[in-house]
Amino acid sequence: MIATESLSKRFPRVTALDRLSVDIGPGVTGLVGANGAGKSTLIKILLGLSPATEGRAEVLGLDVATKGAAIRERVGYMPEHDCLPPDVSATEFVVHMARMSGLPPTAARERTADTLRHVGLYEERYRPIGGYSTGMKQRVKLAQALVHDPQLVFLDEPTNGLDPVGRDEMLGLIRRIHTDFGISVLVTSHLLGELERTCDHVVVVDGGKLLRSSSTTDFTQTTTTLAIEVTDTDAHPDGTRAVREALHARGVEIVESGAGLPGAGHILLLTAQGEETYDLVRDVVADLGLGLVRMEQRRHHISEVFTDADSATTAGGTTDSDTTRKEAVGHGG
Amino acid sequence: MAVDQPVTTPTGDQTRIHNIGYRSYDGPRLGRAYARRSLYSQSLRGAYGLGRSVKSKVLPMLLFVVMCVPAAIMVAVAVATKAKELPLDYTRYAIVMQAVISLYVASQAPQSVSRDLRFKTVPLYFSRPIETADYVRAKYAALASALFVLTAAPLLVLYVGALLAKLDFADQTKGFAQGLVSVALLSLLFAGIGLVIASVTPRRGFGIAAVIAVLTISYGAVSTLQAIADAQDSTGAIPWIGLFSPVTLIDGVQSAFLGADSAYPGAMGPSTGEGVVFLLVTLGLIAASYGLLMRRYRKVGL
Repeated sequence: MIATESLSKRFPRVTALDRLSVDIGPGVTGLVGANGAGKSTLIKILLGLSPATEGRAEVLGLDVATKGAAIRERVGYMPEHDCLPPDVSATEFVVHMARMSGLPPTAARERTADTLRHVGLYEERYRPIGGYSTGMKQRVKLAQALVHDPQLVFLDEPTNGLDPVGRDEMLGLIRRIHTDFGISVLVTSHLLGELERTCDHVVVVDGGKLLRSSSTTDFTQTTTTLAIEVTDTDAHPDGTRAVREALHARGVEIVESGAGLPGAGHILLLTAQGEETYDLVRDVVADLGLGLVRMEQRRHHISEVFTDADSATTAGGTTDSDTTRKEAVGHGG
Repeated sequence: MAVDQPVTTPTGDQTRIHNIGYRSYDGPRLGRAYARRSLYSQSLRGAYGLGRSVKSKVLPMLLFVVMCVPAAIMVAVAVATKAKELPLDYTRYAIVMQAVISLYVASQAPQSVSRDLRFKTVPLYFSRPIETADYVRAKYAALASALFVLTAAPLLVLYVGALLAKLDFADQTKGFAQGLVSVALLSLLFAGIGLVIASVTPRRGFGIAAVIAVLTISYGAVSTLQAIADAQDSTGAIPWIGLFSPVTLIDGVQSAFLGADSAYPGAMGPSTGEGVVFLLVTLGLIAASYGLLMRRYRKVGL
C-alpha cells in the first residue's frame, strides 16, 4: 500500500525525516514515535501535500510527487487536531466532505448515513456538532475520513483525549475498518500498548529515522507469559502462595508481578516454556484442591522489544493492568 | 475495580452495527472540478445563511431586504407620480447604499473563510482532490456572486419598475446594463478585499471589524480630503484622491466609462484618460487580492 525509499524531509533547522525506507502492506499498520518523531510529516508527504527533500514515496502504487490528487481521491485522512465546525450537524458536515471527495449529491447523502451509523452515531447526528462529547467528535472525524470509501485511511492520533472506554471503542472501530470494511489503515500513536492490540504491523520511527518495522506478532511472540489466578480454600488460606511454592518446587520460573497494582497479590505471572507448562499448572492446582479462576496468555509489550531495540529510547512510566496498558515513549534524542 | 469487563455494553452495539454490514462504494467519483463547484455552491448558499442555522440567516437576509426596499419605494413613487425618469441612476444606487454593502462584506467574508481557519477545517479540504487554487477560486467566486446578487437585485427591481412605469425602454436598458457592469466590478473588488482581510485572522470578530474599518475609514478619509480639496479650489486633485478607497474607485471607473454622474464633490469625476488609471487600479487590486489569497493558502496546508 505504501512504499518509501530513502525519504527525507529537511526544514531549515530540523530534519523531520531522515532517509526513511519502509514498505507497508494491506492491513492495520501502526506508526509509533514520540511527538516530533516525524509521523505527521510523513503523512503530509504521503498525501502529496508537502514535497520530500529527497527520496521517493508511493501510495497505492502512485507516486506522491506527481499523482497527489489521484492519491487523495482514494485515501482518507483524520487529523489529530479538532477540525469540526460547531454550528453544523454531523450529517451536513459529512455530506459536504463527501462531495468534496467527488461523490455525487445522492451518493454523498447515502454514504454519510451509512458511515455515521457504522462509527456509532445515531439520532445525535442531526444536532450541531458543538454539543458533542470528545468521543462523538472523534467519531465524526473518523466518518469524514471514511465517507468516500477510500482504499486506505491515515488516522493521526485517533485516541487522543479519549477516556479508557472511549479508547477501547475507538481501537475496536479501527480494527473493524480493516476486518469489516476492507480498508487498510495507517494509524499513528505515541502509545505503544494501543497498537499492540490493534495493528498487524508496527513501524517505529524516532528522530525521522526508522527504528523498526515488523509485524505485531514478531514483536510479542518471543516468549509467553502466563497469568494464573486461583481460589483460596480452608486447607490453603492463601492459595496463591501455595501454588507459587508448589510451582517453584517443580522448577517453573515465576515472574513477580508489579506490587501495588490492582489484583497483584492474587495473580501469578510465570514464563511458559511450552505446552507442558499448561499441564503442569493444571495438575498443581488440582493437586492442591484449588479452583483455577484464570489462566491466560499475557503477550509481552511492544515497549519491551522497543527498549531492547534501541536503548537510547527509554520506555518508562509503565502501568500494567488487565485492560489498560499505556506505555509512554520517552523522548530519546 | 472491575477491570475485567469494562466494555460489555458497547459490545452489544457493535454486534448490531456489524450485522448491518458495510457496503463499499463503486459509483462515480467526480473529481476536482465537481468538488470546486460543490464548494462554490455551498459557500454561496452559506453567504445567505442557507443550509446554516436560523440565526445566521438573519443578518444577510435583513441586509438583502434593506438593499431592495429603497428601490421598491423609488419604483412606487415613479409609477405613482408618472415621473419621466427614476429618482436615482442605476450606477448611483450601489454608491448610495455602500454602507449596507460594506456591512454585508464585513459579515460574510469572515463567515466564508475565517470559520475554516478557526475550526481548522482547511486540512480536511486539502486532504481531498481539490487544491489551493480550487479552494481560493470557489470561495472568491462565491462571495463575489453573493455580492452581485445583493447589488444587482435592487437594480432589477428598478428596471422592472421603470418598464412598468412605461419609461423609455432603450434608455432604461442601457442604464440597467451599465449598472450591472458597475456592480459586477464592485462585487469582485469588495469580495477580494474582504476575503484577503478575513483570511488573515481565524477570529471572526477581528475579521468583521477589520473589513468595516478598511472599507469605511478609507471612504471617510477620501471624502474628507476631496471636500478639503474642493474647498481650496484644487479641483484637479479631487479625482486622484478617489483612487484610495474602494467605493470612490468604482465611482471613478463608472463615471469615466459607464456614463455615471460622479458622486465626487462638484461631480469632478476622472476624465476618460484618467479613468484608464482607475480601471487599471481596480483590476490590479482584484488580481492582487487573488494572488494574496493564493499565497495565504499555499502555506496553510495541513
